[in-house]
Amino acid sequence: MIRVRSGARRSPLAAAVTLLAACASLRAEVPSAIAIKDARVVTVSGEDLPKATVLLRGGLIQDVGAGLAIPQDAWVIEGAGLTVYPGFIDGLSHWGLAPVTNPAPEVHARGPEDRPQTYSFERAADRLDPRDRRLEAVRAAGFTAAATFPDRGIFEGLGAMISLGGAEVRDMVIAQPIGQQVTFRITRGPARSGYPASLMGNIAYVRQLYLDLDHYKQAKEMRQPGYDHALEGLADSPRVLLPAEQAQQIDRMLNFAPELKTPVVLYGLHEAYRRIETLKQTHVPLLVSLKWPEKPRDAGPNDTANYRLLLMREQAPAVPGMLAKAGLKFGFYSDGIDTASGLRQALKKALDAGLPRAAAIRALTLNVAEMYGMADRMGTIERGKMANLVATRGDIFEEKSAIEYVFVGGRKFEPAKEVHE
Amino acid sequence: MRRICVLALLLSAIVGNSAAEALLIRNATVLTVTKGTIPNGSVLVEDGKIAAVGENLSAPAGATIVDASGKYLMPGMIDCHSHTAIEGGVNEGTVSDSSMVNIEDVLDPMDINIYRALAGGLTVSNVLHGSANAIGGQTVVVKLRWGKTAQDMLFAGAKPGIKFALGENPKRQGYVPPSVLPPGRPAARRYPGTRMGVEDVIRESFMEAKNYREDWQAYRARVARGEHPLPPRKDLRLEPLVEVLEGKRYVHAHCYRSDEILMLLRVADEMGFKIRTLQHALEAYKVAREIAEHGASVSTFSDWWSYKIEAYDATPYNVAILTRKGVLVSVNSDSDELQRHLNLEAAKSMRYGGLSEAEALALVTINPAKQLAIDDKVGSIEAGKSADLALFDGHPLSNYSKALRVWIDGHEYFDRDKDLETRPDFERKKKALEDKDNGGPRLPTRR
Repeated sequence: MIRVRSGARRSPLAAAVTLLAACASLRAEVPSAIAIKDARVVTVSGEDLPKATVLLRGGLIQDVGAGLAIPQDAWVIEGAGLTVYPGFIDGLSHWGLAPVTNPAPEVHARGPEDRPQTYSFERAADRLDPRDRRLEAVRAAGFTAAATFPDRGIFEGLGAMISLGGAEVRDMVIAQPIGQQVTFRITRGPARSGYPASLMGNIAYVRQLYLDLDHYKQAKEMRQPGYDHALEGLADSPRVLLPAEQAQQIDRMLNFAPELKTPVVLYGLHEAYRRIETLKQTHVPLLVSLKWPEKPRDAGPNDTANYRLLLMREQAPAVPGMLAKAGLKFGFYSDGIDTASGLRQALKKALDAGLPRAAAIRALTLNVAEMYGMADRMGTIERGKMANLVATRGDIFEEKSAIEYVFVGGRKFEPAKEVHE
Repeated sequence: MRRICVLALLLSAIVGNSAAEALLIRNATVLTVTKGTIPNGSVLVEDGKIAAVGENLSAPAGATIVDASGKYLMPGMIDCHSHTAIEGGVNEGTVSDSSMVNIEDVLDPMDINIYRALAGGLTVSNVLHGSANAIGGQTVVVKLRWGKTAQDMLFAGAKPGIKFALGENPKRQGYVPPSVLPPGRPAARRYPGTRMGVEDVIRESFMEAKNYREDWQAYRARVARGEHPLPPRKDLRLEPLVEVLEGKRYVHAHCYRSDEILMLLRVADEMGFKIRTLQHALEAYKVAREIAEHGASVSTFSDWWSYKIEAYDATPYNVAILTRKGVLVSVNSDSDELQRHLNLEAAKSMRYGGLSEAEALALVTINPAKQLAIDDKVGSIEAGKSADLALFDGHPLSNYSKALRVWIDGHEYFDRDKDLETRPDFERKKKALEDKDNGGPRLPTRR
C-alpha cells in the first residue's frame, strides 16, 4: 500500500498518471485509485464523519477517515460540499434480468407432482444483461446493487446479489444464490396452467414441495438414486422470500414459515401498521415495497375503495417509520419502480410519513446487506468493503440535491443531472 | 346494513377488546334451547363461561350488569355451511381431489362478512370449500372473533373436516384453452364428467389412502424392528383421507339427489368411514331412514331450491320430515347474506312442517353444534358452556326482531347502539380519507 504524506496533495506525476489512465480507458474511467477528499461521510457503520477522505482501490474501499494521506496514483475528487453514502441496495429486484425468450408453455399440472410453475432451479445470474437500461436509470437514484430474482412462477428461481455497474455479466454477480422468491399465483377463470389456481392451492403446494425436499435429502443420504431439479433449486437456496402485504397475510406467513425449515424474509408489508407488535415478537427480516398502494390512475368515478383500503393507502408510507421506531430492521425494495425519479418520490413519501433519514439510509444499505448475509462486503463505508458509494451535493433525500457521482465497484459514474422519463 | 359493515373495522377496536370480567344479563326471556325458556331469567358469565342460568341470580362485585327487560337471549347461532372469510378462492378447482388444501391456511379474519354475520347473532361457522371438486379439501370451525387473528378465530377442540361434493358441480370438467397446450395434445378436460365418475374419484382416492396408510404402517413396523428404512413420501393429499378413515376428520358432503346420497353412504360403508353431514341434501327426505341408519346428519336450506336441475325435487318440509324420522338436522346459510338471519331461516320450519319453537331454534344452535361435535361447549345456554350469546329485541323467530348485542366467550363483539353511535365519526374519517385519496377536497378549477 502506497502512502503519501498528506502534504503532498496532487503531485505532477500523479496528474500525468491520471491523464494517461483517462486516455487509455475512454469507455470506463477506472483509475487505479480514487480519493474523495474532505467530504462529509455517512459511514452507516458508525458516526457520520464531517470531513473525511474515502480512498478507493481495486474495487474496494481501501480506507476512510479524516486526514488520510492520498496516494500519488489516486485521482482526487474534491469532496467539499459533497456527502458520501454507501451505495443503495434494492432488497428484491428484477433489475438486470434479460427477458425470457420463447418460454416453454406451462404444462397443465394435475398436482404437485407435476411441479407446476416451478423455476426454483433457474438462476438470475444466468439471465443477466449488463445492457439493461434500467441499471443506468436507477444508478441515478443512488442504487449500486440489487438482490435480483427471476420473475415467473410460484417458485421463481435463485436470486443473485448483483452490481449495477458491471460491463460484463461476470462483473455483475457479487454473490449467488442468495435466496428464492415465492409468489402466490391466483388464477380466476379457466386455470391455464392447472393446479394450483387458488391461494390455498398455492400454499399447499409450497408446503408439499418443502416436505418433498426433506424426503429427497433423506433419500440422498441413503444413497438412493434420483434427481429432481425443482428440489435441487430449493436445496440450493439459503432463504425463501414470502409475500406478506396485508395484515392477515403477515400473520399467515409468520405462522407458515417454521414449516419450511429454512430462513424466511417477508416482503410487501404495506399493512404492517396493524402488526407492529406481532412483528416485534419475531426476528424475521422484512422488505417493504416502495410501490405504495394508491388510487389507480384509470379509476372510474364509481370505483370506490372501502375504508380498509383507503386507510392502507394513507398508512402504508408510514410503515417504515413505525418499524424504525419499534426498533425493527427492514429493507426497501423497488417492486417494479425503475426510474430514478420514481424511486426518489417513493422514498420521499416514507420520509414525509415519519421515517428518520438515518433509518432510511440504513434500510437502503446495511439492513439489506445483513439480510442476505453480505454485511462483510457491502452496506457501509468501511475499510475492505466494496467501493459502492453515492456522492451528493446536499442531503441525498433533498429534492434539490444532485447526485454528483455514483461508484460501483470503484467505477465512477456521473448520472445525468436531469432525469427525463 | 351496508353502513353497519362500513363501520365495522373501526368498531372492532372498541367492542372486540372488552375484558372478560364477570357479566350478568338479567330480566331477559332466556331461550336455553335445551332446558326450555326462562321468562324472567338471568345468565351469569364468568371467565368467558356461563356460570349460572336462573331466575334470581346476584352479580358478584365488579360485574357488568346488562338489564335485558323485554328482550330475548339465545345461544349464539351456528352455521354448519359457510364460505365466509376465505381468501384467494374457495375452490382449488383444477383437480378433482384437492384434499391437500386447507381452509385454515387462507382464513381472512378481516373479511367484513364476519362482522355482518355477528350483527345477526351468528357466533360459529363451519367454513367449507366450494363444491367444484369431488373432494374439496380440509375445513375448519371458527368462532367469529372479529378483530382477532385467523389463528385466534379457530374453534379450539373442534374436529377438523373435509369437504366432499357430488353431482353437477364436481362433474364439470372445466375448460383449458387448446392454445396453451402443447401441439397435438387434446384439450385437457378434467375427469370426471359424470356422476359415476365422481363416485370413482372418491373410491379411488380412498383406495390410494389405504395403500398409503399401509406403506406407513409397514415403515413404522420396520423402524420398530430396529431397521432404518427410507420413510414413504409424505403426501398432503392422502394424509387427511387417512384421518377420515381413522375417524379423526369429519366428512361434510355437498349433495342433492337421493340416489347420490345412497351412493355416498355405500362408498363410505365400503371404505370404512362415516359421513358426518350431508350438506344441502334437498332430496334427503326420500332417504331419511338410510341416512339415520348410517348415522349421518343433514344440514340443509329452509326453502331454497330450483336453482339448478338437481335441486328441483325439493320441499320446504324436508327439515321437518327428517326431524320426525330421527335425523339430526341443521339449517345453514351457504351465503354471506343468509348467515345474517339464520334465526329466520329456522323459523320457516315452524310454518312448513310444524316444528316447535324449541325444535326450530335447535336447527341453528344445538343441532349444528352436535353435528360438529362441539355441543359440549356451545349451542345452548347451560352452565359450563362458553358464553356465546345473542340478545334480541324481540323473539328471534320473529321477522321483526333484530340482534342488539352479541358475546363470544363473554367478550362483546357486537353492540348495535355503539355501532350506530360511532357512525357519524366514522363517516367523517372515511370522507377525509377519500378526499386525501382523490388528492384533496374538490375545489373549483380556475383557468
